Amino acid sequence: MRQPRPDRAMPRWHRGPVVAVCAMAMVVGACSSSSGSSGSSTGAPANNAVGVTSSAIELGTTTPLTGPAAPGYDEIAPAADAYFKYVNAHGGVFDRKIDYTILDDQYNPASTATLTRQLVLQDGIFADVGPLGTPTVEQVSSFLNSEGVPTVYVESGCNCWNNPNLPDTFGWQPPYTDEGKILGQYITQHLSGDKVGYLYQDDEFGQDGVKGLDQEVSASNVVSQQTYTATPQALAAGLGSQISALKQAGAKVVVLYTIPAATALAMLAAATIGYAPQWVISSVGADPPTLTGLLSSFSKGAAGAALLNGAITAAYLPPLTDATDPWVVGFKKILAQYDPGAPWDGNSEYGVILGYTFVQALQAAGKNLTRSALVQAIEHHGASFDNPGLVPFTFSPTNHYGYQGGEVTQLEDGGQTINALTPRLVTTLNGPITETTWPLSTPPADFGS
Amino acid sequence: MRHLRLPRQPMLRHLVLALGGALVLFAVTSAVGPYDDYQIGQIGIDAVAIAGLTLLTGTNGQISLGQGAFIMVGAYGAGMLLVHTKLPIALALLLGVVISAAAGALIGLPASRLRGPYLAGMTLALAVGLPAIPVEFAGVFGGEQGLNVNPPVPPAGIDPQRWLTWIVLVAVLVMLVLLGNLVRSRFGRAFRAVRDDEVAAAISGIAVAHTRVTAFAVSAAAAGLAGGLLGLSTGGVVPDAFSVGLSISLLAGMVLGGTGRVLGAWWGAVILVYVPQWSASVSDGLGLRQGQSSNLALLFYGLVLIVVILVAPDGIQGRLVHLWSLVTRRSTPRPGGGAVDPDRAPASHSEDHETREALA
Repeated sequence: MRQPRPDRAMPRWHRGPVVAVCAMAMVVGACSSSSGSSGSSTGAPANNAVGVTSSAIELGTTTPLTGPAAPGYDEIAPAADAYFKYVNAHGGVFDRKIDYTILDDQYNPASTATLTRQLVLQDGIFADVGPLGTPTVEQVSSFLNSEGVPTVYVESGCNCWNNPNLPDTFGWQPPYTDEGKILGQYITQHLSGDKVGYLYQDDEFGQDGVKGLDQEVSASNVVSQQTYTATPQALAAGLGSQISALKQAGAKVVVLYTIPAATALAMLAAATIGYAPQWVISSVGADPPTLTGLLSSFSKGAAGAALLNGAITAAYLPPLTDATDPWVVGFKKILAQYDPGAPWDGNSEYGVILGYTFVQALQAAGKNLTRSALVQAIEHHGASFDNPGLVPFTFSPTNHYGYQGGEVTQLEDGGQTINALTPRLVTTLNGPITETTWPLSTPPADFGS
Repeated sequence: MRHLRLPRQPMLRHLVLALGGALVLFAVTSAVGPYDDYQIGQIGIDAVAIAGLTLLTGTNGQISLGQGAFIMVGAYGAGMLLVHTKLPIALALLLGVVISAAAGALIGLPASRLRGPYLAGMTLALAVGLPAIPVEFAGVFGGEQGLNVNPPVPPAGIDPQRWLTWIVLVAVLVMLVLLGNLVRSRFGRAFRAVRDDEVAAAISGIAVAHTRVTAFAVSAAAAGLAGGLLGLSTGGVVPDAFSVGLSISLLAGMVLGGTGRVLGAWWGAVILVYVPQWSASVSDGLGLRQGQSSNLALLFYGLVLIVVILVAPDGIQGRLVHLWSLVTRRSTPRPGGGAVDPDRAPASHSEDHETREALA
């Protein structure tokens, strides 16, 4: 054993940590200097035009590109970006090109918190366009509003986006409750007398949908309510027990508030036990191309699109398969050119139309683009935006939802044909359901080329 | 250099180190932009959570896959107090720590009877199960939407993000000083004695089960502080943020930084915060399609973790301590002695283990 030298009261290695702290500080410093210029200083109203120059608009968003929520959802933001690229190729908006940064939060709110700060504090985005998810965006909504960053068209049907405390936040798709009401009314009017069963995801999505169904479907007709949790483990176990319970309860109509994977599992479980109820599926889990792929991969090719025949769902965007709809034709062309290889399905349609709706807002905000101009444009002109959808936008200073309604449709030919069963309907969370006389809009003649 | 000497007395030494660290961090946070301030705050939060874990696993020998669950307890504890009461932030954070420590003691009771894989299984179950509680009792905990925690209002002229980061760092340094002292105290010696040989510890008069429960509570207290700070700095507490993945990544951070080394917690935290970002920017630079590049980022992240483990099996801090000892040895050559002293060989550092574990 060595003895410490008398002038060293303390073993040498005790100084190691001091150096380590300094080294660590340098690493942090180096990391920070390499991560580029810092963006806005926070919270000041003077930041109204952050991310806007005479030639560019910086936008960003968070969305799952990897992880369990990614399949399908990872098409949405790139499809919106494809529309922005199309606009850029045609001169941009008021000569400004749109630059859209898409960050992968894996549907994990902790990542959303960090990545959103990266976009706002470091990259200095003008607006967060199309962030996906309820818990993820909830995690950052107050931060975004405190920074005054418009959070435009959150990709979630939560009832929570029309919130006076979140003045810069807007929804886009119909709240799940509204859709539940419309599907529920159809069941009561056209499938009356049949026993009804529910299978829904045991979270806000499913529960909000059931809130809407419960407003329209008499409780005495509902014979069974089954739930599942959207964890990979729960889905791997299948939905056999829930489907058996629905069959035993004698449900002739089964309403699914399910994500696509769960819709496919439910249909396969029913097919396995020879159970063929009338399916009524939330639009969230009823995209035919997605379901066809899932049905065939889950059943290893034994089942497929045929299971979709007759299924009832709701739609607020034009039918994917409608080759006569000039919007659909144009958007397909845009997607093929600017996001080559992306499939044309419900997710990419959603993304490309959401991108279109954002460009509408930019145009309405005018040449002197500021954050408050954007918010006011949506509040005051949003209801009259050019709108490829089936129902009008309900944007107003007191209403930050986008679509509130849709039509009930039925899938035939394995989802190749989508037939409307009802007129186009609009509603609110607690109001009546009414037909809309809003005329469908048409795009410019050369749209998409 | 020869005159740079730290006090021998642990409390004093830890205070001097914390003060030095605080000065460095003050300088760095004042020099960078708000996003970097946020990141440094996240590093501090991860570091205190990892420090708690390293005390439990490294010092006391109990493996926990459930550190994320205690972070969640602290986040909800402090978050609910901040939302529903007008308590000052420091008190809310403190109570969050107390609540989390109590939860840790409660979980520690059954855990003290379990060993190895069974303990890992139990803590894993905790990490999986606990996030379901706020969803189940949505009326109390706000369900999946969780809680919105309002950020503190900074004094005039100070950037709100920087202010938040300072609050985080002060709390973290205080906790680390306390942890460092604990490790060097009678409790810390008991933790290590129980880790090394329970029978011997019992014969020496150490209450083994009691010690294991205490370690759990202390570890949970650190996690609870991390949770309270996380809610404060992100502005919200949602159950999905406390997934199993969080617990696992903290475990990875602990191993990468150096198991059992409080200072290593900082390295682990730096890796957890910066490497995913770095790998995302590297893969983005390759010009691939969105989906491909984000999957590639995960691959890069994994590769970095593997490389670090291969290069530094005793963690970054372990490697640094070893390198430092080589450097200092070379600078003071001894008559007849080589650069490597068998007593100081990297594999057998148990001799200085005790002191090195302390907060540096």
